[in-house]
Amino acid sequence: MHPAFSVIAFTVCSGAGFGLLALVSAGAALGLIPADRLLGFVAMGLGLALACGGLLSSTAHLGRPERAWRAFSQWRSSWLSREGVAAVATILAAVALAAGWVFLGRTDGAFAAAGLATAVLSVATVSTTAMIYASLKPIAAWHSPLTLPAYLLFSVMTGAGLLTALLSVFGLDVRALAAVAAVLALAGWVLKRAVWHRNADHPGVSTLNSATGLKGGMVRSLEWPHTEENYLLKEMGYRVARKHALKLRRIAQALAFALPLVLFALAAVVGGVAGTVAAVVAAVVQLAGMLVERWLFFAEAKHTVTLYYGR
Amino acid sequence: MTSLPHATSDVRLGLVIDLDTCVGCQACVTACKEWNTGGHMAPLTDYDPYGAAPDGVWFNRVHSYEHTKADGCGETVHFPRSCLHCETPACVTVCPTGASYKRASDGIVLVDEDKCIGCKLCSWACPYGAREFDTDVGVMKKCTLCVDRIYNENLPEADRVPACVASCPTGARHFGDLGDPASPVSQLIAERGGVDLMPELGYRPTNKYLPPRTRKAAEPAPALTATDGVGGLLGWVDRILSR
Repeated sequence: MHPAFSVIAFTVCSGAGFGLLALVSAGAALGLIPADRLLGFVAMGLGLALACGGLLSSTAHLGRPERAWRAFSQWRSSWLSREGVAAVATILAAVALAAGWVFLGRTDGAFAAAGLATAVLSVATVSTTAMIYASLKPIAAWHSPLTLPAYLLFSVMTGAGLLTALLSVFGLDVRALAAVAAVLALAGWVLKRAVWHRNADHPGVSTLNSATGLKGGMVRSLEWPHTEENYLLKEMGYRVARKHALKLRRIAQALAFALPLVLFALAAVVGGVAGTVAAVVAAVVQLAGMLVERWLFFAEAKHTVTLYYGR
Repeated sequence: MTSLPHATSDVRLGLVIDLDTCVGCQACVTACKEWNTGGHMAPLTDYDPYGAAPDGVWFNRVHSYEHTKADGCGETVHFPRSCLHCETPACVTVCPTGASYKRASDGIVLVDEDKCIGCKLCSWACPYGAREFDTDVGVMKKCTLCVDRIYNENLPEADRVPACVASCPTGARHFGDLGDPASPVSQLIAERGGVDLMPELGYRPTNKYLPPRTRKAAEPAPALTATDGVGGLLGWVDRILSR
């Protein structure tokens, strides 16, 4: 599949944004995060900016972005439509919490309820994003029971990383949270390797035989219907990154999981300025690593239509 | 509404494509382009048509394959590929705007170009590559089963078939009601063992493909032996030369 940068940026940013919003909102609602107004402004602001920025960047790949509002209408059947509805609901709940936190310095009562709602809705939104991909049968690598858990885990992993860095910058003791971020990085690493392992064994049930209805023996593409690349090959027959897939997998693992694991573990042990630097670097490196991971998620995914082209 | 409709009739219009008689002449491809670039989904934009890398929107593409069978015999198969107007089309249900829809009256899958936001998700959801995005207009386009021909009372009745069917010089493309077991197309499917493409994915395509007929087993060329018992002049020549 063609890795459109707008979609890669959208899924990584909104995943991290909703993960951060879920953790910050739940933490504030439960009284685990102090109702400091500047902290509220920065934490909720960063979460909302990532979530909204991601949503806006996803409209950049639309052919007719001015009609994007229509995408809220088909939530009965379409995961993409459900994602739009869930994202807006989450953002509204988060804005309600942020208003109480930033303007009134309060995260209790009705604002706590808004915080819990934000946390639940964030999980729902990330789930709908995952289901857009998991529901596509023609792409075996995505039509997998691991797609939903992977999106959820990567969201909370990057969200926890950002929260650790943020609270650390505000001078709070984040040693326990850094330990959680390190464990999440390890869990993400294990899950990503499991996804790659599973996909290697599941190239898809369809073959050129079943695609053409020609039974038995071997079917080989003799001649394409066209001499140049068409929409199908440009959109679904993308091949550039597959050439470097192995190197990119190593880079993704180092940046998204291994390095953050070490740095968050360091922050969990040392604390202080060194711990803060480690946590901030870890959070930034992790997001960069997730961009590579998401690039591979698209570029390595094979669509059944490529069978018709002998690819 | 992109939820699948409750069919109001048993009519399921579609195509039956005979892989035995298709010769890969591409007449259906050009006839489709010619009709549809002025039809329901017009235009079928071409980008850089006379340049170095021409590209454009087409609803019908004809591939050529080499099928080497289990017994080692091979044959060339020309394979027209277009929308199969599936019974459970995921391209419709994934649409977030309601632009993609399946008609309750005859099962044709269409795109409402005025509602399409060009997210391309429907093309990802189609395993058959039936949908092609028009980057010029910014919306998705697809085969309409020539909905503007088959019901068109301005055309003579004989011409009320899809352009690809009308243009096929070998009669490899058949149009009809696949929901009616007594229709000529349904009988053709029963007679020739018509198949679904990628049935394992569960899209339940309406269009069916007729596999190539089984050829007679290949026989060795006849040996150069004298023919016995042939009378007349040729028999005499044969007997003289065989001495």
